[in-house]
Amino acid sequence: MSENVYIIGAGIHPFGRTEGRSGREQGVFAVREAMKDAGLEWTDIECAYGGSAAAGSADIMVNELGLTSLPFTNVANGCATGGSALVSAQMAIASGMYDLALAVGFDKHPRGAFNAKPSDYGLPEWYGQTGMMLTTQFFALKIQRYMQLHGISRETLGRVAEKAFRNGAITPHAWRRSEIDLETIMNAPMINDPLTKYMFCAPAEGGVALILASKEKAKELGALSNNGSVKIAKVAVKTRPPDSFEVFQAGVSIKEGGKPTVLASQAAFEGAGIGPEDIDVAQLQDTESGAEIMHMAENGFCKDGEQEEWLANGWSERGGKLPINTDGGCIACGEPVGASGLRQVYENVEQLRGRAGERQVVKSDGDLPKTGYSHVYGAPGLSAVAILER
Amino acid sequence: MGKKIDPELWSDDAQPHLMGGKLPSGEIVFPMPQGDAAKDVEPYKLSRQGRLWSFTSQDFLPKEPYEGPGSGPDEGPPDFQPFLLGYVELPGEVIVESRIVDARLEDLKLNMPVEFCIVPFNESYDTFAFRPITQPQEKAA
Repeated sequence: MSENVYIIGAGIHPFGRTEGRSGREQGVFAVREAMKDAGLEWTDIECAYGGSAAAGSADIMVNELGLTSLPFTNVANGCATGGSALVSAQMAIASGMYDLALAVGFDKHPRGAFNAKPSDYGLPEWYGQTGMMLTTQFFALKIQRYMQLHGISRETLGRVAEKAFRNGAITPHAWRRSEIDLETIMNAPMINDPLTKYMFCAPAEGGVALILASKEKAKELGALSNNGSVKIAKVAVKTRPPDSFEVFQAGVSIKEGGKPTVLASQAAFEGAGIGPEDIDVAQLQDTESGAEIMHMAENGFCKDGEQEEWLANGWSERGGKLPINTDGGCIACGEPVGASGLRQVYENVEQLRGRAGERQVVKSDGDLPKTGYSHVYGAPGLSAVAILER
Repeated sequence: MGKKIDPELWSDDAQPHLMGGKLPSGEIVFPMPQGDAAKDVEPYKLSRQGRLWSFTSQDFLPKEPYEGPGSGPDEGPPDFQPFLLGYVELPGEVIVESRIVDARLEDLKLNMPVEFCIVPFNESYDTFAFRPITQPQEKAA
């Protein structure tokens, strides 16, 4: 068994709205980009894992990509679909069974907030009928309490969105490509107090593909030199522990329980043998501004309440001490659920290989980032963290 | 009074209680589990008074399965009535998600005392809510 698994190819279909192209076609586009990036043909790929939340099965892609008889496993894990596809591909190689694997995620959602069926989440019908089954409410309720307990201001929420649009403006794969000033963000229509329209990400479309290889294969392909690859230091996926507070919960325990993000983060850092202070660039789930703020602390990058100082001082900007959501995150890219978690990994791959163009992060010593951290969170309370190293 | 949005959701007492469940471990949960998960869970009348744990506003018309104002076939966003909601901590029991009524957003504060009530939800149905306790009360029911 080889723990050394490398990402040797990364491809993306721009996020946003692409009329006339299905979600799966956007996934196929991303796969072809990733193969081109790795200098491989579809016939080289030995196994594949992928999925979408709302755009159909991934395995049908073989119709477009080629009938090579490879095993293609569909992944359906909500917001963690991409993360779970990545873990599956990583395990396929780490186990020694395969040398080249594909992880792909794509999606295409209708406009407007996600709607969910109570019965799909084991909840009574009244919860949806009375208008309480909305992910946006959970985010607002979680950050409202957090702000009051830890002294986070509304302006800090605005600064997170402002940064997202600033980064999105210079990111070719982002959906929102224009900067939006703080005043406009703060004065935009309220969605769920304290979160305004511009503080939220929107359901969108897009596709991302990553090609993973064993160390031997990566070496054979010449991908280990010249920034051709990055190593997966550790991937961790955790579902919620007892007494936690998650999306779609009509009742919450009075005992303060653990958090899936904290568990996934700790497992990833432990597995990678490094700590938060060693990370050079991070992509954190920013379903809305509040999520990025709380996830900074849940992932161990700061203490509760310190985000106020971080945002005021620009520490999470591209030139700051820990650049966060360098491609504008979900807020600027939108959230095609099946692709979103892999977009974060894609962005870290590009940053670590020095291919991020105008948004490239450069460390204070002039070097490219050596470590990248990505974190995705979703219903019904699960988190996936991936740490990459160059 | 309309019909109850769910016949089991609150008790039919003169002073109704939201219905939770008591697990064999003694832990109180909300809502009362259904189906196989309800085995060995005793229906439990939750406290009528608690403290606000968090709150927000719902300022846009939710999609299906929402059935309140604005959701009808000939209705749309202009017919929607924004509402407040939050989590209420019932001391020693559980934290429940609920509509918040008889208050403005700017009046809401963490830990403020609130009490259970039944409110009309649409033309046919009632649902449950909590509202701020305006008068100081001697003792919780």
